Amino acid sequence: MNPADDTLVAGSAGSFPGRADPLLEAQARRVRWFAILAAGASALLLVLGAAVGSLGWEPLWDGSEAARAIVWDIRVPRSLGAWLAGALLGLAGALAQGLFRNPLADPYLMGSSTGAAFGVALLLVALGAAPGTATGAFAQLGLTGAGFLGAMAAVLLTLVLARGVQHTLRLLLAGVIVGVVFGALAALVMLWEPEVLRAMQAFLLGTTGLLGWTGALLLAAMLVLVLVAAVALSPALDALALGESAAASLGLPLASVRLGLVGAIALATGAAVAQVGLIAFAGLVAPHIVRSAVRPTHRALLLLSTLAGGLLLLAADVLSRWMLAPRELPVGVLTALLGGAYLLWLMHRRAA
Amino acid sequence: MRRWLLALLLALTAWPILAVTVTDDRGVAVDLREPPRRIVSLLPSLGETVCALGACDRLVGVDDYANWPASVRSLPRVGGVDDPRIERIVGLQPDLVLLSSTSRALGRLQALGLPVMGFDIKTLGDVRRVLSRVADALQVGGADAAWRRIDAGVAAAARSVPPAQHGVSVYFEVSAGPYAASESSHIGEILARLGAVNVVPGHLGTVPLLNPEFVVRADPQVIMVAQRDAAALAARPGWPRIRAMREGRVCRFTAEQGDVIARPGPRLADAAQLLADCLAGRLQGDRP
Repeated sequence: MNPADDTLVAGSAGSFPGRADPLLEAQARRVRWFAILAAGASALLLVLGAAVGSLGWEPLWDGSEAARAIVWDIRVPRSLGAWLAGALLGLAGALAQGLFRNPLADPYLMGSSTGAAFGVALLLVALGAAPGTATGAFAQLGLTGAGFLGAMAAVLLTLVLARGVQHTLRLLLAGVIVGVVFGALAALVMLWEPEVLRAMQAFLLGTTGLLGWTGALLLAAMLVLVLVAAVALSPALDALALGESAAASLGLPLASVRLGLVGAIALATGAAVAQVGLIAFAGLVAPHIVRSAVRPTHRALLLLSTLAGGLLLLAADVLSRWMLAPRELPVGVLTALLGGAYLLWLMHRRAA
Repeated sequence: MRRWLLALLLALTAWPILAVTVTDDRGVAVDLREPPRRIVSLLPSLGETVCALGACDRLVGVDDYANWPASVRSLPRVGGVDDPRIERIVGLQPDLVLLSSTSRALGRLQALGLPVMGFDIKTLGDVRRVLSRVADALQVGGADAAWRRIDAGVAAAARSVPPAQHGVSVYFEVSAGPYAASESSHIGEILARLGAVNVVPGHLGTVPLLNPEFVVRADPQVIMVAQRDAAALAARPGWPRIRAMREGRVCRFTAEQGDVIARPGPRLADAAQLLADCLAGRLQGDRP
């Protein structure tokens, strides 16, 4: 167990006088600062999200019934839902990168998000509805379930094709292939039902426009669930970082740990994709942002990536309704642009 | 002998009329040596235009979505907008292919030596122009008469809207997303002639993807939507408080009615009548 973790949770380094290593102290401080900054920025953006609507910057604090309804029924759940979906994707990305010991692992690159999209598309066509139009909490839960199953199938297929996680290149190749195949299957499902094609396209580009309270609450429940599982599994991820044999020699039940992690990744991705569609790069970029600022242990990394992912997608969501208002820019297009640019810059900096 | 000479003379004078050059919406001049007899249409509205000009019997192939008039349903299907079956089209040996000017098949078919005409139809003006261009290409008359029929039909529909409904605000949803028909689309133009006020301004493009909150803010009195999307409107955040939803003024168009309205072609008079019926609250088959 790492003191940096303890300080994050206990909130005081002074309670362990025997471990007052200045380096770890500094690290713990950075983790704390990052958490405070990300949480503060998220809170600010939530307020901004309640003030930006279909006419761009337009705070509605005049207290009228209509203004209250628009802020409370539309903007708040949408902003909150965007943050939660981003948080789930960031968490899934951090989990995948830890599990595969590979900084390129991402729900998008590992095929799990196109797998989830395929599951969702299949269910929607079966229901005869267009994305974002399925009604009721029950249908929402069903969509999350379909997304989860699709994501799970894709990740398992990737693992089978890659014959485990040892071979990085193999794993990435398998992930890309599975992602493309499931994307093609989702496209095939859409061709069956040409009427939903246009709506489905918006869904594949990622959209936060139709998030309501039901969706936001469902995302919140899933985030709590996955977060608990992730924190419980974080010591195993730390051990896995030393290599599989080392982890096994530490007495880690590798098979069940892996299954638990894959399940957590699939659940997080499936829930997010079912609500907001395919959001590119959020899961990949969030852990990288965290690591470029601090060098945390896995428990801190998972929590900080959750915060960073939520912050990212919320920022993209606010931008997506602001830039072309009252038209919408699909939020996935924005995250792909911003995330892609950030990764290119990161590569450029590393190479120099 | 004299009669033969006369016939020859007639044939010679008639010859230059048979070869025509028609410019399509890409600005490409298409040479047609003789009136086309085997036509393939890759857009429902273009097939309907050919039929409205009385040349339905010259169609030898239509796209997957063509369903009007009934006679085209038995014709060979050659694919959709994004997946035209090139081999099937060439196999039908058409002497004219009509399609969207943005279709991916256009360049390929042209390279294969088929005469192709590409059209871009978004507004009523486009419908009128395409009618006359297609009539020129087919060397048939009646384009002006067909347009007058459409125009008179729209005017009659406008007269059937009760005066109390003039100035009523309308939101027309093309598909969930939500994509809306703005003032600058052909649906928006018809709505304007019916005296309705479209809540989606034309400068956003013909079919913009909207922030759903915009519709809640605009608070339209009437919502027009496809039957398949109608049930989900109430589940959208904030939508139950829209006036049209509270007052039950949501028109649900069947797939067939939706085709009539969405296709910028010769059936726009019927489309105008459907929209007018909706505004007047007497739309047939409008049940939740």
